[in-house]
Amino acid sequence: MAVVTLQVNDTTVAVPAGVPLLQALAAAGVALPTLCHHPRLSPVAACRLCLVELEGASRPLPACVTAAAEGQRLRTDTPALQAGRRLIVELLFAEGNHPCAVCVANGDCELQDAARHVGMDLVSVPYRHPSRQVDASHPLFLLDHHRCILCSRCVRVCDEIEGAHVWAMANRGSATRLIAGLDQPWGTVDSCTSCGKCVAVCPTGALVAREDVPLGRWPTP
Amino acid sequence: MRDGETAPVQLRLCDASGCRAAGAGALAAALGAALEGGGGQGPRPRLKPVGCLRLCSHGPLLALDHGGASALYGGLTAEQVPTLLAIACNHPGGHDGDRDPRRRALEAHRLDSHHPFFALQHPLVLETCGLVDPTDLDDALAHGAYRQLQRLLATATPAQVRAEVRRSGLRGRGGAGYPTGLKWDTVALQPPAPRLVVANGDEGDPGAFMDRSVLEGDPHRLLEGLAIAAYAVGARHGYIYVRAEYPLAIERLLRAVVQAMERGLLGQADPATGFAFVPELRVGAGAYVCGEETALLASIAGGRGIPRQRPPFPAQAGLAGCPTLINNIETLAALPALLRMGGEAYAAIGPAACPGTKVFSVSGSVVRTGLVEVPMGISLRTVVQTMAGGVPGGIGADGGIKAVQTGGPSGGCLPAALLDTPIDYEGLRALGSSLGSGGLVVLDHSCAMPELARHFMAFCAGESCGKCIPCRAGTVQLADLLERLMQRRATAADLDLIEQLAAVVQRTSLCGLGQTAPNPLVSTLRHFRHEYSERLLPDEPWLS
Ligand SMILES: Cc1cc2nc3c(=O)[nH]c(=O)nc-3n(C[C@H](O)[C@H](O)[C@H](O)COP(=O)(O)O)c2cc1C
Ligand code: SF4
Ligand code: FES
Repeated sequence: MAVVTLQVNDTTVAVPAGVPLLQALAAAGVALPTLCHHPRLSPVAACRLCLVELEGASRPLPACVTAAAEGQRLRTDTPALQAGRRLIVELLFAEGNHPCAVCVANGDCELQDAARHVGMDLVSVPYRHPSRQVDASHPLFLLDHHRCILCSRCVRVCDEIEGAHVWAMANRGSATRLIAGLDQPWGTVDSCTSCGKCVAVCPTGALVAREDVPLGRWPTP
Repeated sequence: MRDGETAPVQLRLCDASGCRAAGAGALAAALGAALEGGGGQGPRPRLKPVGCLRLCSHGPLLALDHGGASALYGGLTAEQVPTLLAIACNHPGGHDGDRDPRRRALEAHRLDSHHPFFALQHPLVLETCGLVDPTDLDDALAHGAYRQLQRLLATATPAQVRAEVRRSGLRGRGGAGYPTGLKWDTVALQPPAPRLVVANGDEGDPGAFMDRSVLEGDPHRLLEGLAIAAYAVGARHGYIYVRAEYPLAIERLLRAVVQAMERGLLGQADPATGFAFVPELRVGAGAYVCGEETALLASIAGGRGIPRQRPPFPAQAGLAGCPTLINNIETLAALPALLRMGGEAYAAIGPAACPGTKVFSVSGSVVRTGLVEVPMGISLRTVVQTMAGGVPGGIGADGGIKAVQTGGPSGGCLPAALLDTPIDYEGLRALGSSLGSGGLVVLDHSCAMPELARHFMAFCAGESCGKCIPCRAGTVQLADLLERLMQRRATAADLDLIEQLAAVVQRTSLCGLGQTAPNPLVSTLRHFRHEYSERLLPDEPWLS
């Protein structure tokens, strides 16, 4: 496999040709927040938090899908990138309902990590306080739409690894919503194998294990 | 096509969506009935449904071809039919025709075909639109349909066709202005694998109806262009994606595909080259974003119309991973005329950097709304003032025009002071607007620019596919902030936030929808900032 060298900020690193630039960032010891990316899943480049500036490119590119090539020079820390990253995280906090203090994922949440990473101390865009639902129909797990950031990791893990295709997105724009089956209560979706992979990859507290089901008492379908 | 004195007397009735909405159906019925029962005096004029006759605001339009000359009438009703047929049949109405009140009433409907609106047009894409019967293959063939395809198959290699298109300097008419020849080479020169071609007829920009007019006016022209593109890049199969809101265009296109396949013009192997091309129709489901090329491909493949990050570009990996050429309908419909003239002659029309003609749909606050095809590089003023006549009752040097909106929700606004700007991709972009796909909306002084920006932002927020955060969550915030500004509840800090958000949405969104959604806002802020600042709440110093 060909190996290429490229520059991340001011560090030169070597990585296999064609790998996502995220690997080059890791080699350079630069961490960026990533919300839609998951190393085992196909990339979608949807959260836009991993954008980097590539010399010669007309606009910033997502490091999670952009292929490493010889001689690239990239920057991860320009004022425009930092401002953009922060505003994107703020937009997420304003879009859903994320009162960390009363969230089960508090302290174990990638959205919280991203906020800390970008130095978010207040949200400058108006909170939208959407009215959303909780789907508690599944015997083992819970889906709280208020906390969903629509990263689509659950959709991909269920499709690409479990092969059950339980999840999909419905509607568009700010009305976009995660749906189970044919937009039905999760607990009524026959194809769900209760494997829990979606819960495992969810970056926030949107998909969680129910606390009222004692371990070892998993109902059999 | 005129055959001088031997030409039959014919009535070309515009049977496109615009004139149908204006009453062409009732007029056609009245004409048909009158012709049926018309008695036996002399040869009967032929009634021929045709595509857009351009001046949509004055519809229903009807052209009377008589003895090598042509007269255009607008706004006719069943009442004028007998008089019209009397003229068509050379029967002067009464002893002295000119004094006949019915004749004078008809004359009042006559449109001046020497008016700049018609005289300054340079029809190439639309050269057969309004002349041929879009439902009749023989008529299309009589007007030269498929002749370039057959000539190229017999005399040119795919590489030669691509070279000719490169020479012409043609740039994509779908909005981005990407050089067509370059895109064709990119597809053709990929490693060996099947290739596909796609005609993009999603045309979602509000106020744009160029592509619809091509499809409704002469669908065979698009099919010929698409087949030529397929030959040039080595494709055997293609898709035509048309938005569901264009039922008449879909009906005519479908009929044209069937006709061309049955006649062996498409679908059968050319004896010399073995080239056979099969087009398939795909109908959209009402999403603006499906005009974006990667979303379009997802939609054709049967999935949700969601864009994906490029590269890889569709030219490298598109449908089923195959190199896929995507061109706009107008781009493809320009090819038959372009190849007939030759690349060099085409390149000589308009500015060197963006040659050729462009179709615009002119609407909004103007005397004459409709379809114009003009050379690139013509000034905005010529189109919206000289041709379209400016604002009805408008006074002053700018004809009452306040601004011209180009490019729909991804475009911008130019103030009247910049009306002398030549129309081309880079020129408009440098002024913060964009040519877009060809919608020109004329605005008069009653239009508040922040309201216009709010309107387009709300449109984009509603059409955002919801995949990426800056567009999904940023456009709604912008629309709400602009709403707040219109209600005079926004502060200077809110305006700052609007500008920051707009910049981030432009820079970080995944696809062209989000990247261009702030354009109407940014361009009106650039040219009409006072309209924003005068709506702000006064500063409250004790709060800061
Ligand atoms: C949101 C969005 C909507 C678009 N809509 C259209 C459309 O309706 N028709 C079209 O031809 N191109 C549209 N485009 C541009 C296409 O992505 C693509 O660039 C074009 O079809 C290429 O054809 P061309 O090179 O002939 O212009 C759109 C782009 C974006 C980002
Ligand atoms: S920019 Fe908008 S339309 Fe494009 S991918 Fe992102 S959310 Fe979807
Ligand atoms: S991690 Fe790259 S866009 Fe989300």
